Amino acid sequence: MKAALDIASVLAISAGAFFFLAGTVALLRFPDTLSRLHALTKADNLGLGLVVVGLLPRAGGVSAGLKLLCIWLLALLAGATVSQLIARTVQTRDVRS
Amino acid sequence: MTAPTIFGICAALLVGIGLFGVIISPHPLRKLLAFNLIGSGVFMLLGAVARRGAAAGMGGDPVPQALLITGIVVAFSATALAVALLLRLFNETGSVTLAADARAHPDAGDT
Amino acid sequence: MIAALNIGVAALVLALALFTIVARESFAACVGFLAYGLLLTLVWVQLQGLDVALIEGAVGGGLTGVLVIGAAVRLRSTQAAADAARLGMPARMLAVLLSGGVAAAMAACVLALPDPAPTLAPQVSASMAATGVANPVTAVLLAFRAMDTLLEAIVLVLALIGVWSLAPDRVWGGRPALGYDVDPDGILAYVARILPPIGIVAGIYIFWAGADHPGGKFQGATILAAMWLLAMRAGLTDAPPVDRKWLRLALVAGPAAFFAIGLAGTVTAGAFLAYPDGYAKVLILAIEWALLPSLALTLFLLMAGAPQRMSAP
Repeated sequence: MKAALDIASVLAISAGAFFFLAGTVALLRFPDTLSRLHALTKADNLGLGLVVVGLLPRAGGVSAGLKLLCIWLLALLAGATVSQLIARTVQTRDVRS
Repeated sequence: MTAPTIFGICAALLVGIGLFGVIISPHPLRKLLAFNLIGSGVFMLLGAVARRGAAAGMGGDPVPQALLITGIVVAFSATALAVALLLRLFNETGSVTLAADARAHPDAGDT
Repeated sequence: MIAALNIGVAALVLALALFTIVARESFAACVGFLAYGLLLTLVWVQLQGLDVALIEGAVGGGLTGVLVIGAAVRLRSTQAAADAARLGMPARMLAVLLSGGVAAAMAACVLALPDPAPTLAPQVSASMAATGVANPVTAVLLAFRAMDTLLEAIVLVLALIGVWSLAPDRVWGGRPALGYDVDPDGILAYVARILPPIGIVAGIYIFWAGADHPGGKFQGATILAAMWLLAMRAGLTDAPPVDRKWLRLALVAGPAAFFAIGLAGTVTAGAFLAYPDGYAKVLILAIEWALLPSLALTLFLLMAGAPQRMSAP
């Protein structure tokens, strides 16, 4: 049981790391701001979410697990807000120019 | 290669990089950033020293760590004062040059 | 394995530091500096300094990064003049030699550190029971080196006085920071309504937990100041004018209470900032509760900057 949980953790964290890698590659390779923002949200949602899911079996208890989930939700909120603000700035700048 | 050694050498390199930045950056804000790099390098060195002092069941010597907390907050307050100085200089003269022969902005000087 | 992880983190930190120095635009350099500050948090976790990691992430990365990014945006028009004034190659070579020499000297000192390392941890753990706190860093900050913390609180107020003194005469005593016109139905205003309750709970929890776990009043005060900053930037509230009596009283109340407890220590326990037996935990709690609002206010006002406009009469 413990070994199965460990393997599941490693798989989930590796998948999360893969999404972070994909998001970073997209950040460096995509041509314009909006598509880069789109790629970064994948890193935020899926990448961080999978890392948190992988860490949940290793958390010290229910409250620690809840704190991990809180961290993920707060990072989601911050990421979504900032993406929206950047995208709107880019849009108004393009409309003006 | 223990963690204190690795991060001690990293701290030495950070101080070097920061010193380089202070010397060659013409913009005062960049000099301020480089100065903060020197500061964080020194803090990291003290942190490595604190880690080497792990004993009595603690992960690191708590006295240098407490000094570091004080140092980081005081460094921030110094940075805030420096930024306020820069912005005031910009509002008064329209540029942030530190050259002695800079002329005042024609719209400035309304203190 | 762990050494490889540490070397990787150190390499990332150095790469970000180099980027901060060589980036073309000031704005890019400031963003790199903010990322550098956040990455330093990982370094502190590896060095087993969790309280320092928290304060580095909050103040060193977060507050300082936001401060310099704001400055870079306001100073964008000075970029051209700075580019024109770049140093020539001979000066750069000299700078490389000088910095390289200093770095090499420091690295030599690192490699020559004494073994076994001198440490004060045994003395701290032996005397910690009398203070009533279980976090050794908090015990050092508020019991063994309380003088440093008192002077730090006073230095913060002095820095704030310095920032306020940079106001032009016509806005002396006015409100800091430009007014922000933000869409009241936009997402920034929405987040600024959702996040502060969570942030206040998190900040007070980190402050409260600092007695026995990593945390403390500096970390908690930073989160509280950041929540107020968020509300100000979203247009939900405004920075108070700096000549208000209540503001100035609130700023000095914390350090004054700390100082008063220290003076009381000369009478009751024989030395400045000494705690009488059995009262250490109570006095430490009193100092922390007194300092928390003053610290949060000071950090917020340091971020808001010098007065920029007069409030409407």
